Amino acid sequence: MMAESSIQSPAERPVHPRVGLFVTCLVDLFRPNVGFAAVKLLEDAGCRVEVPELQVCCGQPAYNSGDAPDTRALARRVIEAFEPFDYLVAPSGSCAGMIKDHYPRLFAASTPWAARAEQLAERTHELMSFLTDVMGVTAVAARYDGTVTYHDSCSGLRELGVREQPRALLASVEGLAVEEMRDANVCCGFGGTFCVKFPRISGRMVSEKVRNVTDTGATTLLGGDLGCLLNMAGRLKRSGSPVKVYHTAEVLAGMARVPGIGDGDDDSGA
Amino acid sequence: MQSQAHDFKRRAETALEDMELQKALALLKGGFTTKRAQAVAALPEFEALRTAGREIKEHTLGHLDFYLERYEEQVRASGGHVHWASTVEEARTIVVDICARAGAQRVTKGKSMVGEEIGVNEALEAAGVDVLETDLGEYIIQLAGEPPSHIIAPAIHKTKAQITELFHKHHARHGKTERVTEVATIVNEAREVLREGFLASDVGITGANFLVAENGASVIVTNEGNGDLTNTLPRVHIVTAGIEKVVPTLEDVSTILRLLARSATGQEMSVYTTFSTGPKRQGDLDGPEEYHVVLLDNGRSQMLGNEFHEMLRCIRCSACMNHCPVYGAVGGHAYGWVYPGPMGSVLTPVMLGIEKTSTLPNACTLNGRCQEVCPMQIPLPEMLRKLREREFADGLTPRVARMGLKAWSFLARRPRLYGMVTRVGVKALALVARGKGRLRWLPLAGAWTAARDLPAPAGETFQQAWKRRRRGASP
Repeated sequence: MMAESSIQSPAERPVHPRVGLFVTCLVDLFRPNVGFAAVKLLEDAGCRVEVPELQVCCGQPAYNSGDAPDTRALARRVIEAFEPFDYLVAPSGSCAGMIKDHYPRLFAASTPWAARAEQLAERTHELMSFLTDVMGVTAVAARYDGTVTYHDSCSGLRELGVREQPRALLASVEGLAVEEMRDANVCCGFGGTFCVKFPRISGRMVSEKVRNVTDTGATTLLGGDLGCLLNMAGRLKRSGSPVKVYHTAEVLAGMARVPGIGDGDDDSGA
Repeated sequence: MQSQAHDFKRRAETALEDMELQKALALLKGGFTTKRAQAVAALPEFEALRTAGREIKEHTLGHLDFYLERYEEQVRASGGHVHWASTVEEARTIVVDICARAGAQRVTKGKSMVGEEIGVNEALEAAGVDVLETDLGEYIIQLAGEPPSHIIAPAIHKTKAQITELFHKHHARHGKTERVTEVATIVNEAREVLREGFLASDVGITGANFLVAENGASVIVTNEGNGDLTNTLPRVHIVTAGIEKVVPTLEDVSTILRLLARSATGQEMSVYTTFSTGPKRQGDLDGPEEYHVVLLDNGRSQMLGNEFHEMLRCIRCSACMNHCPVYGAVGGHAYGWVYPGPMGSVLTPVMLGIEKTSTLPNACTLNGRCQEVCPMQIPLPEMLRKLREREFADGLTPRVARMGLKAWSFLARRPRLYGMVTRVGVKALALVARGKGRLRWLPLAGAWTAARDLPAPAGETFQQAWKRRRRGASP
């Protein structure tokens, strides 16, 4: 668990903060259920959740491809859209990490945009760590019958220190057991555009990851970043694995009754 | 060494299919990474040491001219010679000239990455001098005629069976005709062969892990003791080192030494830590008659103060590559030049230019594990991203990627248009998937679908569904 001191006291934050949900483009396109799960978890924690309409992407594809001008253009959009909120929360460590860790560095120091980026960065959080560290959530009212294994997505883990928070919340889910996999903190091979620029290296990395997943005997794989989950689910399904893949938020919100990522209506639900 | 870095992708794909290499790489994961984790866990002050090490290096780099001059004075005072080489060509000429003046026929070498950077073996062989690598790993790849694939374990890509065959092929001329198949007998046979070389050597060349400004010592760490025989037995000792290796004091050396072996192999200390301070003095029982240090710049001074400055803190421990999942999948030869893995993907483009090396900084998922384990806290992912920025700004990004990026960012900056386009897109993909939840193949997505299915979208974007539900919820 994070140290007690990292949890903001109620005096420092509004009791019912106004949260802007940064949906992330992958959740918007591929898995709306994750967005709704995030809304439920935030509302259950006492937040007033809004979804700014004028949001698309945090800019990582441009940023990680070296396209600095387009990255800045996209970052300004995000800053404008989310400035009115007490917090920006994203169901993704890599998007939250982009805004929190990288936005302030995109703009020349001591310029108005740098200051605005800095202010937004301070109020930006990944969903799991926001629930535990800011809102003080220690348990959720959800049930999930099965053994799960959890993949630590790299940006959330290394840029934001998201490690114990999702595990702590999962421990409160009735019927759920966690079986840790070997090398849970090693990259799954997604890496944004990396997976299409170097498909064979990426394919090798995800094959290894999936072997570590199946070696645990867990029936479900969870993680906090949809990019990694699409990658691992895609590989699991290609190899005919029955392992279900969900975003952690879906399980914590009790919203994992839909087919898993990459599963169809015919695949037996969880 | 001729760079093959432009060919990374093809070399990497060949490496993925090389079963012997894959066997060898599998051993790396359980070895160095596990042992490092144990060593770090056993030293509570490790994080504080990292910060201390970083500060020592930053202080030195901030006053590099001062400490290098101090170092040079100290070497001269103890009877040694310091040679400054701006380029690898100059360094080659200096080393070859020293050997020629000494009338050297045979040179023994300890492991030196700067030696690889200079290409010192090729230069000496071209000048008619026999060169013998004495680090076991270096010796193995010298027999195989290959460059190192790792900066501290140069033959890590070789399996034991391959080494058995190499020795069988090359050791007959030393009267050894039996195949040696056990680690102990392999090491013993190498030791016997190398011993002849040590005794016959005229010049010994080593690298340096540190150059100490306060007393002019050069420091090497080894696990085999070959460095000690290389720098004491021959008449002439040449040290080849990059200018960033200097630190102010012996105290500083001891601080960084505590980080070095733990980060590299998980040892508390390497087996041998050897300080060389000039030629043999009156009354000394052994040591070289001549002592030379060749200080190589090769682009380093250009990095001082620029966006790649922090790379100069690198102590060549190899933790970054040991923890890099891409290195772990393809090995070091794929990178095509002297330095592989994350630190190589920064150094190669910085030293050789981005034009023909721009694949390297892209061959990374930016997962950040290298930075997490780097004892010098070098922000490797940030530097790789900076190199991508340079590639993009110089117009070197492949046309297809550039156009795709432009099209995507055009849309992403127009949320309403983006919403319209994506609504149609996810609907179409969901229809194609026909309730199966995934696609096995999709036009233009072959890179994704070669190894994995594409989970299908639900058919409606979140924004669409959100608006619909809000409308339904309102009175």
